[in-house]
Amino acid sequence: MSRRNLGNRLYTGEASLPIVTHSKRWYTISAVLMLIAIGAMLVRGGLQLGVEFTGGAELTAQVAQTSDTTVPDVREAVIATGIDEAAEPRVVVVGDDNVRIHTGSLTPEETTTVRDAVAAVLDVSRDEIAAQVIGPSWGAQITRQALVGLSLFVLAIAVFLSVIYEWKMALAALVALLHDVVFTVGIYALVGFDVTPATVIGFLTILGYSLYDTVVIFDKVRENTKGITAQNQVTYAEAANLGLNQTLMRSMNTAIIGLLPIASILFVGAGLLGAGTLKDLALALFVGVAVGTYSSIFIATPLLVDLKNREPTIAGLARRVEARRAAARSQRGEPAPAPSVVAASAARGGGVVERGERRQPQRQTRSQRRGNGGRPAR
Amino acid sequence: MASINAPRPWRLLGALALILVVLYGTMALLGEWTPRLGLDLRGGTSITLSARTTDGTDVTDDSMRQAVDIIRARVDGSGVAESEITTQGRTNIVVQVPDVGEEELVQLVGQTAELRFRPVRAVIPGGSPAPVPTPTETGTPTPGATPSATPTPSAAAGRAVTEGLVAQGTESPTATPSPSATPTPSPGAAPEQPPAAEGPATAEEQAELAALDCADIPAGTVDDPDASLFTCDQDDASRFLLGPADVVGTDIDSATAGIPQGDVSFVVDLDFTSDGAEKFLASTQALSAQTFPNNAFAIVLDGRVVSYPTVENPIPGGRATISGQFTQEEAQALATVLNYGALPLTFESSDVSTVTPTLGSSQLRAGLLAGAIGLGLVLLYSLFYYRGLGLVVMASLIVAGLITYAAIVLLGVAIGFTLTIAGIAGIIVSIGITADSFVVFFERIRDEIREGRSVRMSVETGWVRARRTVLTSDTVSLLAAFFLYVFSVANVRGFAFTLGLITLVDLVVVFLFTKPLLTVLARSRFFGAGHPWSGLDPQRLGAPSRAGRVRERLVGPPKEATS
Repeated sequence: MSRRNLGNRLYTGEASLPIVTHSKRWYTISAVLMLIAIGAMLVRGGLQLGVEFTGGAELTAQVAQTSDTTVPDVREAVIATGIDEAAEPRVVVVGDDNVRIHTGSLTPEETTTVRDAVAAVLDVSRDEIAAQVIGPSWGAQITRQALVGLSLFVLAIAVFLSVIYEWKMALAALVALLHDVVFTVGIYALVGFDVTPATVIGFLTILGYSLYDTVVIFDKVRENTKGITAQNQVTYAEAANLGLNQTLMRSMNTAIIGLLPIASILFVGAGLLGAGTLKDLALALFVGVAVGTYSSIFIATPLLVDLKNREPTIAGLARRVEARRAAARSQRGEPAPAPSVVAASAARGGGVVERGERRQPQRQTRSQRRGNGGRPAR
Repeated sequence: MASINAPRPWRLLGALALILVVLYGTMALLGEWTPRLGLDLRGGTSITLSARTTDGTDVTDDSMRQAVDIIRARVDGSGVAESEITTQGRTNIVVQVPDVGEEELVQLVGQTAELRFRPVRAVIPGGSPAPVPTPTETGTPTPGATPSATPTPSAAAGRAVTEGLVAQGTESPTATPSPSATPTPSPGAAPEQPPAAEGPATAEEQAELAALDCADIPAGTVDDPDASLFTCDQDDASRFLLGPADVVGTDIDSATAGIPQGDVSFVVDLDFTSDGAEKFLASTQALSAQTFPNNAFAIVLDGRVVSYPTVENPIPGGRATISGQFTQEEAQALATVLNYGALPLTFESSDVSTVTPTLGSSQLRAGLLAGAIGLGLVLLYSLFYYRGLGLVVMASLIVAGLITYAAIVLLGVAIGFTLTIAGIAGIIVSIGITADSFVVFFERIRDEIREGRSVRMSVETGWVRARRTVLTSDTVSLLAAFFLYVFSVANVRGFAFTLGLITLVDLVVVFLFTKPLLTVLARSRFFGAGHPWSGLDPQRLGAPSRAGRVRERLVGPPKEATS
């Protein structure tokens, strides 16, 4: 069965992934992931912060070819400068032609001294050594700025989504957002990558992407559930699940199209440049976009349904639909169907709400469709 | 439901063509074809300075502006070309220079600029001689006023305005000393002593002053307050020999520019601290006993003379008024300088980065390569999944790329926008966001086809539905970019800027290119009839074979009925 056909069947509700139905399962998976992420942060004692946050100096030298003795040689040379702050340099080789040296915060003169020493031992000119010296309070400043911006952004998004949709959608979207950020940060803690400003850019982009992705799905959910309480064919959960399935191919395509360029940054950044801005950024993005797509589908929408089900009218609708179905079943003498089948067949009803005239004749084919158990084609 | 008559695709495509012509026409007119690259891509030194006041109070916008002016003067004075000095946030100043390894520059720009009042020992005015500002006497009589003063009662009730300060040279090179000054040596003048020389200059000093070339004065030299100083004004016009500093910036409590009641021209009111008041009284007592130019004191900021008012009477009480024929701007500029001196900013170098040109260009290459690979992969996937529509994706991305490139080049000229590595990353990431608008649109069209509508109809109804989704989600992206830009520092801003820019470009492209293009294409046989390779084949999309498709005869007989 081709992917295209799956798309069609997802759209019509013929094939339907019972995502909302199994919300507990996704919540559990995510809760476990969150615990691992938070546990990793606790065990690791937070994130491995880059020089921009901790203060200090980072020198990068590009050489023709590094050898086994490069690291000890450079280390010796830096220590030999006798500068206190450079007494314990961290020297690493990045890629096969970059040498990176971390020391404490250096004054401009000390920077020159260290650069000269490194230049001498590596046999390159001093101007070929890139240097970055960060003051001790800079990290605190950019962190504070980022947090202020982040809080205002979240607030603005909450207001925006509440106005154009409703506050429950805003809440569900923001929970999914939090989920993505915690997970990505947890990955960083777990793997021990340096957190640099570029990483922070990555995190911030994840915020935007995660919300963007959720909004596209919610837009469809809202379309499917408009005036839903006026009928008794489908529940809110089913209509939401249909919306989810109808946008599933979009979500997959967008995730793939979004991830392709990021993967190429990751590949080029890590493969050709060693480390640096591009790699730091792309890694956060790669993890974030993947988990953002997951959370839009498996966290945001089920959560929205749970929130909506607390509304008396929505809960009343669910009862009416169930009563109607029970009556229909007893008329035909059928046993109660498996939940997934309900989701699939009723999701079909979601289309009915939306476009009254179509599909009614096909409702007769439910038993046929149950031939494959109403399960997704995969 | 959208009316099928609504679209006027050629008009929209024409508008887009017009936009492109205007963008590239402007580039051609300006002769700018390449974007301005950030330091991380072309190499150079970037110094981020965080300002703090010496007493821990808030940094005011005025003093930041003053600090930027001072730093700009220092950098320009040091002979560094193509420097760029900008503020970031409320307290950061970023100095970017193309040179690598300018350690001296770090020290140069990071020094605290000091304000001092120094007695004028000699002056060679620059510029063409022009009439002096009419000495306007202000102030109420004060106990210490010398008989020679002719005080006029100040209308400012309850305000002890002191008299006797007349600005002689206030940044304006045309301002010259009062010709009424009689150059008779003052009896109270001390004999010239090299260590702490005061009074009129010696013959040697006069000669030295005459030989002084203002361009030779190193930028940002911190002057020794206890020694005499040869210097110039800020325009390199007048040359001065100044005595040791009597009063320093921190002796000033505050300065304000304004028009005293009943007066017409602007003055600057000065309030001294109690310490400063004593020093100022002592200084003015000494100065007022002398004649021009030795009765003037120079207001020196960062080693340069800002203004040199003459003193006619000793000024007690810790308040003084500097009058002269100030314009509002001049008075305010002087008040800003004095206030800055009261609270000089100290700078901490927060981030000093040196990127070698080699590293910069390899970053640029890597960024471009990553972008090319990413774009290629996106196109391949689009062609694989959307077939004919993949070509539409390709065309749309090319248009988006053209607009983005032009926008970056032109914004570089207009607002000094520079493309950094983070900006390039923003662009690459946005390929996904841009393509997503097409994905949303195409999926909607295919949904409509599945409903049994004709391809032409589906493009229109699908667009109406997709449009809202695209607008909503792009708004989220724009909000993200906006908040990132406003509240972040350093290279996050470059990223946020490109992200926001491309989201806007995305909207332009979807509305003015992709949608009208599809409307046009839907009239073609290939797309309109849903050719199997068009990506819009109703059969493959599982549309019910009903009258809905045949209804549109314009597109020709449903050839694919055989499949």
